[in-house]
Amino acid sequence: MNIVIVGLSHKTAPVEIREKVAFPPTAMEAPLQQMLELPSVTEAVIVSTCNRVELYAISRQPDAAIIEMKQFLADYHDLKRETLEVHLYASAGTEAIQHVLRVASSLDSMMIGEPQILGQIKTAYAYACEYKSIGLILNRFLRKAFSVAKRVRNETAIASNAVSVSFAAVELARKIFDSLENKTVMLIGAGEMCELAAKHFVNNGVSKVLVTNRTFSRAEKLAEEFGGTAVSFDNFREQLHRVDIVLSSTGAPDYVLSATKLKEVCKERRYKPMFLIDIAVPRDIDPAANKLDGIYLYDVDDLQSVVQANLKERQKEAAKAELIITAEVSQFQDWLSTLEVKPTIVALRQQMEQFRQVEMDKTLSSLNQLNDKERKAIESMTCAIVNKILHHPTHILKQTNNATNGGLYLDAVRTLFDLSDSVEQKPDTDKSNPS
Amino acid sequence: MGTMNLLFSVTTLIYLIASILYLVAMVGKNPQAGRVGRWVLLAGVILHATCFAVRHSTAGGTPVTSLHESLSFFAWCLILLYLLLDLRFRLSVMGAFAAPLAFLLMIASALSPDIVVQLNPVLKSWLFPVHIAFAFLGHAAFALSFGAGVMYLIQNRMLKSKRFTGIYQLLPSLDVLDKVNYTCLSIGFPLMTLGLISGAVWANTAWGTYWRWDPKETWALITWFMYAALLHGRLTIGWRGRKAAIFSIIAFMFLLFTFLGVNLLLGGYHTFEAFAVL
Repeated sequence: MNIVIVGLSHKTAPVEIREKVAFPPTAMEAPLQQMLELPSVTEAVIVSTCNRVELYAISRQPDAAIIEMKQFLADYHDLKRETLEVHLYASAGTEAIQHVLRVASSLDSMMIGEPQILGQIKTAYAYACEYKSIGLILNRFLRKAFSVAKRVRNETAIASNAVSVSFAAVELARKIFDSLENKTVMLIGAGEMCELAAKHFVNNGVSKVLVTNRTFSRAEKLAEEFGGTAVSFDNFREQLHRVDIVLSSTGAPDYVLSATKLKEVCKERRYKPMFLIDIAVPRDIDPAANKLDGIYLYDVDDLQSVVQANLKERQKEAAKAELIITAEVSQFQDWLSTLEVKPTIVALRQQMEQFRQVEMDKTLSSLNQLNDKERKAIESMTCAIVNKILHHPTHILKQTNNATNGGLYLDAVRTLFDLSDSVEQKPDTDKSNPS
Repeated sequence: MGTMNLLFSVTTLIYLIASILYLVAMVGKNPQAGRVGRWVLLAGVILHATCFAVRHSTAGGTPVTSLHESLSFFAWCLILLYLLLDLRFRLSVMGAFAAPLAFLLMIASALSPDIVVQLNPVLKSWLFPVHIAFAFLGHAAFALSFGAGVMYLIQNRMLKSKRFTGIYQLLPSLDVLDKVNYTCLSIGFPLMTLGLISGAVWANTAWGTYWRWDPKETWALITWFMYAALLHGRLTIGWRGRKAAIFSIIAFMFLLFTFLGVNLLLGGYHTFEAFAVL
């Protein structure tokens, strides 16, 4: 049994291709059923997001399954397989397991650590359950992927730092004020980045918004948007002592706020901390103000460097996550192989037992002058022979179970003793009731 | 004595384990370790209390007469107060300060001679344990306020210089650190005040005078004034943040001198030897 994946992502395909092969969430039943009808595929899941489309399947013949799945992906979207081929990646076995765990843990995302991908895979899982295209193995596997993603999130800081400028501003504010509740924000001037940052602040608990602008009507309009108050540009400085967070982005050529003015404001505020974000270029606030006690002044470059540092931090954390994933991959691989070893051993024993019974009956029926004691002796002798013969092969199967070439022995045993049919039935019986 | 030594050693070991956990939480950025550290410390503080109870029942009297005992008692107060603060503010970073400090205090305690000092009968009074308990709890609170002050200055430096390396992520916000600093101060100050008053009353019953300008008393009074000034500044002038943090660090230096420096350098009847022979 192998996990097989075929797919494409932002790393291998441009958006023009990605949008062509996306599966709309409203019509998932048909593609899932069609995938199940592929001759080498026994379980199917389709993950489709704006950054990636991936098909997950379980198969006994991974090589054949990959070809069929690629063909299916092309056919379903009326594309030529040759044109699609260059953008596709495919893998099976350990490599496929690792790929899916990395994707679910957001290590393969465009923005490492972004949280959406896990939800998207969960949705794909839900569809597969709904349309019964998922069986024992993929079910267990995806649940594993979810728990690994959770582990990565909890045990590494991969998603803990902001990687956008406006969110970085909110995080900085949290390091100063702890909670943003009951805090007041003032917007000086208007600008896209300023408004975006203000939105983030409001979403994170800031209760009061003051807006000032050279054109008062513009200030009024913005204030309305945030449920705040407009302040005239001539006397906004008198309101500053009530403000905890300042977002400034005017087009003024000189400083709008001088360090001396801010020094007065500090005194008025009794040195309660104040967080100023100067997004304007040229700058609005005298950089010397950062030296004042209780004033934390950040310009665009500062925020940009916070974002850069956070990205680096995420990359460092990603390395830790890879270690977790490597461990989990081999753990899952182990489980997958026990899935096959046990039924193989059972089938082998059953077959031997069957031979023994048949031969015993034959022999005993022609030797009817034997007494009970002698029959018992022959019976136990045959049992002992079977056990002796099976002892070492069973031992080897169990031992090599976790080794990389374990599958070789399994295949050999199955072929040598002609067991393949009885083993293959096993996962199929579980397929009817995915838990 | 056997049980007591065992309890003492195990407590020390637990503080060491908690220290390691907190340091792992800090350096390795692993919050899980911090959460485990909290429970380990809780076990430690309970065991440590048992240790004092056993000592009390075997030796009798207040078990805080020698340097050995005081250091260990100080460690206990420190951890107790830290756990209470942690309950309110969730400060596992501070654990990386409190737990190792407690561990070092335990080691220092283990190194100083473990003698059960027979208290001079003149000094036997219920006020003695009260005086000691208040004074040490107050000291522990101030030690934590010192820790919060140091952390505030580091975090303030990080935010001002815009360097966001390692420790920045771990330290709580300036607001929380300032609150912790203030909370510790407002717990520590009344405790210290009560410690001074109970000491004076006890001195009066023992020697007939409330105050004798012994070096320890003088320095304790200076320290008390330092903290009074800080509390006053905070409540009325609006000192906060960096200024308050610096002040609490300086005040703690005075406290340290009062606690250790005076005993080691200046002498007087507060020294541990003096208890017995006076």
